[in-house]
Amino acid sequence: MQLSIRHLLGLDGVSEKDITIILDTADAMKKVLQRPIPKVPTMKGKTVVNLFYENSTRTRISFELAEKRLSADTVNFSTSTSSVKKGETLKDTIKNIEAMRIDFVVMRHGVPGSSHYLANCVDASVINAGDGPHEHPTQALLDMMTIREKRGSLKGLNVCLVGDITHSRVSRSNVYGLLACGAKVGVCGPATLIPYDMQDMGITVYPHIEDALAEADVLNVLRIQLERQKGALFPTLREYRNLFGITEARLAKAHSDITVLHPGPMNRGVEIDSEVADGPQAVILDQVTNGVAVRMAILFLLAGGRSSFEGVDHE
Amino acid sequence: MNKKTFKAEISNCILLKGGRLVDPQTGLNEKADLLIENGTIVKIGKVDEKGVEGRVVDCKGKIIAPGFIDMHVHLREPGEEHKETIESGCNAAMNGGFTGVAPMPNTSPVIDHYNHVTFINKRSEGLLVDVYPIGAITKGQKGEELAEMGEMKEAGAVGFSDDGHPVASGQVMRHAIEYGNMLDVAIINHCEDMSITGEGVMNESFSSTETGFRGISSVSESAMVARDILLAEFSRCPVHIAHVSTKEAVRLIRDAKSRDVKVTAETCPHYLTMTDKAVKTFNTNTKMKPPLRTEEDRLALVEAVADGTIDAIVTDHAPHHADDKDNDYHSAAFGVIGLETAVGVILDRLVHGGHLKLEAMIQCFAVAPRKIFRLPEVKITEGETANITILDMDKKWTVKGADFASLSFNTPFEGWELKGAPAGVVNKGMLYLND
Amino acid sequence: MKTKAEIMDAQAVNRTLLRLTHEVLEKHHGTEDLVIIGIRNRGDSLARRMIKFIKEIEGTDVPLGVLDITLYRDDFQRFSETAVVQETIIPFDISNKKVILVDDVLYTGRTIRAALDALIDFGRPAIIQLAVFVDRGHRELPIKADYVGKNIPTADNEQVKVHVKEVDNEDCVLLIEQ
Repeated sequence: MQLSIRHLLGLDGVSEKDITIILDTADAMKKVLQRPIPKVPTMKGKTVVNLFYENSTRTRISFELAEKRLSADTVNFSTSTSSVKKGETLKDTIKNIEAMRIDFVVMRHGVPGSSHYLANCVDASVINAGDGPHEHPTQALLDMMTIREKRGSLKGLNVCLVGDITHSRVSRSNVYGLLACGAKVGVCGPATLIPYDMQDMGITVYPHIEDALAEADVLNVLRIQLERQKGALFPTLREYRNLFGITEARLAKAHSDITVLHPGPMNRGVEIDSEVADGPQAVILDQVTNGVAVRMAILFLLAGGRSSFEGVDHE
Repeated sequence: MNKKTFKAEISNCILLKGGRLVDPQTGLNEKADLLIENGTIVKIGKVDEKGVEGRVVDCKGKIIAPGFIDMHVHLREPGEEHKETIESGCNAAMNGGFTGVAPMPNTSPVIDHYNHVTFINKRSEGLLVDVYPIGAITKGQKGEELAEMGEMKEAGAVGFSDDGHPVASGQVMRHAIEYGNMLDVAIINHCEDMSITGEGVMNESFSSTETGFRGISSVSESAMVARDILLAEFSRCPVHIAHVSTKEAVRLIRDAKSRDVKVTAETCPHYLTMTDKAVKTFNTNTKMKPPLRTEEDRLALVEAVADGTIDAIVTDHAPHHADDKDNDYHSAAFGVIGLETAVGVILDRLVHGGHLKLEAMIQCFAVAPRKIFRLPEVKITEGETANITILDMDKKWTVKGADFASLSFNTPFEGWELKGAPAGVVNKGMLYLND
Repeated sequence: MKTKAEIMDAQAVNRTLLRLTHEVLEKHHGTEDLVIIGIRNRGDSLARRMIKFIKEIEGTDVPLGVLDITLYRDDFQRFSETAVVQETIIPFDISNKKVILVDDVLYTGRTIRAALDALIDFGRPAIIQLAVFVDRGHRELPIKADYVGKNIPTADNEQVKVHVKEVDNEDCVLLIEQ
């Protein structure tokens, strides 16, 4: 069973079968990471460019580590050190990089659809590492891997995303992926930070955190950004915490086996309290570990690898 | 880019043979030959081509209508001649079945002085297509002080607009329509509340929720349409609403007209045939202002054109160089071209689609714009000036921007298969035929 | 692809595997420091049975490892139907151990090269020996088995399939013509 996609631009339209292939392969990759020498020669001679138009140290390091664990050659290209600051267009940057013969481009960009644009311009396989608030498929996949690991299956689970849904890089990919795998999805946050008609994606919009907590098996707590205050989207971080923060007291009213995720970086004491973030329900550090495994799996599968447990000869 | 040349031929005597003449102004709808001498219609009826010394055009199966005007285009000259010039834009108009265009003043410099109007007149001399300049309402389109509309009118401006920008101040807008009424010129507003638009790049709807783009809500348009209608009602002066894209604006205009408020309005082929779902392709030729809206909006607009709530169909032809479009969606410029697709798209989707009568289409393209601009009527009647658009109702063709006369090819209709096309135009003793 | 001949039946498979096990024990004078690692997808089944034989013969438990070499292959993109990542299970330290690597068919030698690369990432064994059930020739690398169940010379258009109950519901060796 091979992936039916050549690029990973998002999870919109990606089948449960493809997602399962990726997550199963990621489980195997995680085992590789636990070996004495956590490195395999699979992608020797392949070149990956990490093209980061926005700072995202975590995502970049996670990708870089995944590439190195698979023995690929990696080049980092970020705006602070590149010609982008000199006014070069995205297309010119891409064409220049491609002229150096590469196999993969991992791109983080602030504009929705920029990775689709990139995929139309280059022969290399494109992995979207976040195109503005549109999609961030590897983050959603690592969230799903972590949930599956903890809960056994995604089917029928009630997963609720809490916080700034509108500007989040993570929310849409999570909705697509989780729905494809049979989970129920909810979102909860200030009305000003929930995008228009979002319930039409087939999810539940909870105006109050108490209602979300009463039903959720899994909480994915998103980072709230201080700069959103400027657009009159919410008054203060203090009020945000009072209305939507995941505190120990709030969590006590939820299912006792609730699982708590956070894509990081966290604002402790704002969207999530330390007692929760460091508590037994949190799987926040597992997310980080799984991030590398998921990215290894995606690189391997897009390079032509397969994952299946049907009998195959190694003749 | 190897573009073919587009050239009108001059002929003192033209015989349009065997076409169907349709003119909603006179109720004319009959098969007849039409003879033009020295730019005037001299005979309607049976004309034997043997006796004619001049150009004979076989119009069998074609429609002959009063010449179409696109009352809302951007020709980019002066200032951005790499995108379009007055000449290339007029060639695009001619190739698209138009005998007249009204270019908006948001050029560089802005057309806010009679000298600039004179410049446009000079640049359009000798062209088949009539160019009706629109001047700026305010100096530099800054929305603060009124431009010298009176002098610009003297120089040939037929209307005034700060198009590209709204007239944000309600008081300035009120003075503009009162002053415009005094001069008997059209005042056209690009209705957009920029405080609502913000950094939006597409319609705010489920589609923006899916794509993650910042949205431009329909209220951005409808709030200002409401204001302008109230101003028109209060001051008892006419106002024209540019490029209507929302069902709320349609509702407001319909209500205003029912109360005899002097409001007229226009919309564009893309709002009548496309929705914001197209943005999901991230094709930057789906990016324009106002943005493509929802299917509900589209249906409301089609109904409004059919029932006369919306008076005119315009293209808002906005040429952009590939450098401005071939980029990520945020960086790409707003605007699409439309002169060479409007007739085909409207014929195919609306007329053949059964939503709009041919007479109503001719009303929208040929009659209403002249009325809004207070221009003399153009009729298919013996003794009248020959200003004619010929339509081929059955021609099947595929939209290909690279074949256009326009210097730009940022069309949202690329690849569309259409039935119905412009077949040619006659104006000022000149003839142009589409191949 | 059609089956040309059944070269070994279930009984023959069992006899040969038992002989291979005896050869290993004889060579190493018992089971001290011995570990057996089978290469997926059939070598691991054979390895498991060898360990069972040893238990019967010697009464000792030899550790079993299972190796998936997908991530070490140099050709996973060309023959992607073989590029299946499965779990490698080596629940013991292989350093200073005598490793018997078990595979079903020895052909080009590329699988074994990949397996050696993979094994070395897990530690530094005292010795690695190779036991294969069938050697069909056509080597592309300088690799030789220490224990061979059966040599089956083949033509280019022929293939040898070792079937094991655990995977294929039958024990036999088939000669296949392409």
